Amino acid sequence: MHLAAHFPGVNATTVWADPRSRSQIDFSSFVHLARTAERGKFDFFFLAEGLRLREHNGRIHDLDVVGRPESLTVLNALAAVTERLGLAATVNATFNEPYELARRLATLDHLSEGRAAWNVVTSSDAFTGENFRRGGYLDRADRYTRAAEFVATARELWDSWTPGGESRPFAHEGEQFTISGEFTVPRSPQGHPVVIQAGDSSEGREFAASAADIIFTRHGTLEAGRDFYADVKARLAAYGRQPDDLKIMPGVTVVTGDTDAEAQEHAYEIRRQQVSPQNAILAAEQLWGRDLSAYDPDGPLPEIDPVLDSGLVKGRVVYGDPFAVVARWRAIAEAKGLSLRQTVIETTTRQSFIGSPQTVAAELTAFVDERAADGFILVPHLTPGGLDDFVDRVVPLLQESGAFRSEYSGSTLRSHLGLAEPVWKG
Amino acid sequence: MSARTPLHLAAEIGGPPHYDAGHYLRLAKLAEGGALDYVTLGDSFARPGLDALAVLARVAPATDRIGLVPTVTTTHTEPFHVSSAVASLDWVSNGRAGWHADVSTTEAEARLFGRRPAAPPAALWQEAGEVADVSARLWDSWEDDAEIRDTATGRFIDRDKLHYVDFEGSTFTVKGPAIVPRPPQGRPVTVIDAVGAPSKEAAARHADVIHIRATTPEQAAALRDELRAKASARGRDPDALRVLVALTVDLGDAESAPEPGLESGPQLAGRGTYFRGGPVDLADLIAQWHRAGAADGFHLTPITPERDLERIVNGTVALLQHRSLFRTFYPGGTLREHLGLARPASRYARAETASKEA
Repeated sequence: MHLAAHFPGVNATTVWADPRSRSQIDFSSFVHLARTAERGKFDFFFLAEGLRLREHNGRIHDLDVVGRPESLTVLNALAAVTERLGLAATVNATFNEPYELARRLATLDHLSEGRAAWNVVTSSDAFTGENFRRGGYLDRADRYTRAAEFVATARELWDSWTPGGESRPFAHEGEQFTISGEFTVPRSPQGHPVVIQAGDSSEGREFAASAADIIFTRHGTLEAGRDFYADVKARLAAYGRQPDDLKIMPGVTVVTGDTDAEAQEHAYEIRRQQVSPQNAILAAEQLWGRDLSAYDPDGPLPEIDPVLDSGLVKGRVVYGDPFAVVARWRAIAEAKGLSLRQTVIETTTRQSFIGSPQTVAAELTAFVDERAADGFILVPHLTPGGLDDFVDRVVPLLQESGAFRSEYSGSTLRSHLGLAEPVWKG
Repeated sequence: MSARTPLHLAAEIGGPPHYDAGHYLRLAKLAEGGALDYVTLGDSFARPGLDALAVLARVAPATDRIGLVPTVTTTHTEPFHVSSAVASLDWVSNGRAGWHADVSTTEAEARLFGRRPAAPPAALWQEAGEVADVSARLWDSWEDDAEIRDTATGRFIDRDKLHYVDFEGSTFTVKGPAIVPRPPQGRPVTVIDAVGAPSKEAAARHADVIHIRATTPEQAAALRDELRAKASARGRDPDALRVLVALTVDLGDAESAPEPGLESGPQLAGRGTYFRGGPVDLADLIAQWHRAGAADGFHLTPITPERDLERIVNGTVALLQHRSLFRTFYPGGTLREHLGLARPASRYARAETASKEA
């Protein structure tokens, strides 16, 4: 089993109103979570990315955590205070160029002595593009085309120095990039930093099968996880790869308690914290696509119809078919007699694994044993202590049963993941 | 200039490339032992070496006080990313970050990116000035007290204290606000080498610290006056500017060279006037120039960092400290405090107060 720690982020999972919640910016918070993950012998530490503050109804969204430092800079600093932990940065392939980003990633791999990973994400929207030289220049359909050529080009750059330390000129000519010259950084300790791809779409799966070392997927049920696992692993052969060459790691949330019942209580309390009255209205506005500020979060669901493509929400995923989702919400509210806020709590935020440490350890192990995942990216709800309980109470059980490592056997992230060194293609 | 103006000293720790953190960490700690204001680490896409900002981020948690100033180029990079990375360096170092803005002039560098051809220095420096400008605006775009965590209203931030910068430069636009909240120093320190007319203009408009080249104290004083006057003409307070003379330093193998002093000959690495001599000679030169009001300080580039930085710190700096010409410890924690530069208020907060008063 492989485990990773996702730093609590700019999302509705992170609870900032809890008295234990600390800064999402201060370096000390990053140090706390990274050291917790390393104490738990985790494979890697994961940072997300945002390139434009989210907006709601034409104004900056103000109900969730906002603001974060830039991930590669933070990870280079964390390399100074950790020894074995992998360090994964999310960096956009649309608003960067291969030469500079390949160089920054190779630099992290050198400075961390072989612990760097890159989570490749793409975006194409003009909204984010307003912060960049080229704007939102890319068609949605071209996002993966660019990402695939970007990763391939980065690997050409990483291969441009011989393993013996000799620099060789490179030249790449493609649809997206035509570049040539010499790379400034020798081949890094891992050869190539580990590549992660986040996204569940068919294009995303195909891209991961062709080029990624890890796929960061959304959590589903055990059944859905098994289908996803089988589907993605089956795609590898077409690219001459083995099933073990790509690790499937869903992002999951975990709540523990002394007993299963206590954990359920904790989990409900966390969901209540996540969905404040204001957040409930906001969630409904995102779904309905209209201003619902006049509605009472403790009252019934709005009876009006949703509006399509209202443009109310900027910088985040919107619902594909709001009419169907509204119908489902209404059915749930009616069946259980729920208010608007209770319906939001019920429908949007249930944690992935809830139970005593024994229950959680058993369920995580079953997920791996039954081929629904190769491991998990844990998304805590508290900064920075959100994984303390997991590391102190669940990890020892996983180690005792042999499901998870008790010590790091190697020093690089590739060695933690059991991934081979990439073959040098000079 | 008053003879009691504090002396500022900085050193470059780059040189032949190293690919491990340990080398740079040793040099930064050495400089910190001498209570230097900051270390610089040069960078360019044109020659081998690691990303300098990343190296100094790696150095940050292992040091306490020394300012950290990587070279960051503005020609083939994204202004928004540049500003975020420098702000993040300020966060991970608790307020010790600066950046040395530079441009990429060659066709070879342009081909690494394949996005735009090489351009003349005047155009590149205009753009570099604009990148410095938009970075400062992005650092101001979150007011200091924008994060409120108000449980009563469910609001994490007061969005009236976040501002779009709506910047339109000659080659790019940026909407804003920043992704990174306002850095500890308000604005990390901007350093520019004023070596030609275009960079001089960008420096006078946007730099907090300017590195100049001069072979005599008179020449340095004249340049300093010129830059201060230019800054003043652009509406800036000239006392919020620090002008440091850049010297390339060769402390050689002997304690004292036969004829120590400045040489007009080799301009090594393009990083300033060439000095050859012993550590004591260098201390004498620094003391003499500073007494003459030539500059606010010196930026020293050792030709062999491993050898010369140790001699600078344990020889030159120790002597200046002994003569009470240089600090023996850091009274402050941030780079701005070392340089005697105030933490600026956000321009957007000022505008708001002004409009309320009006």
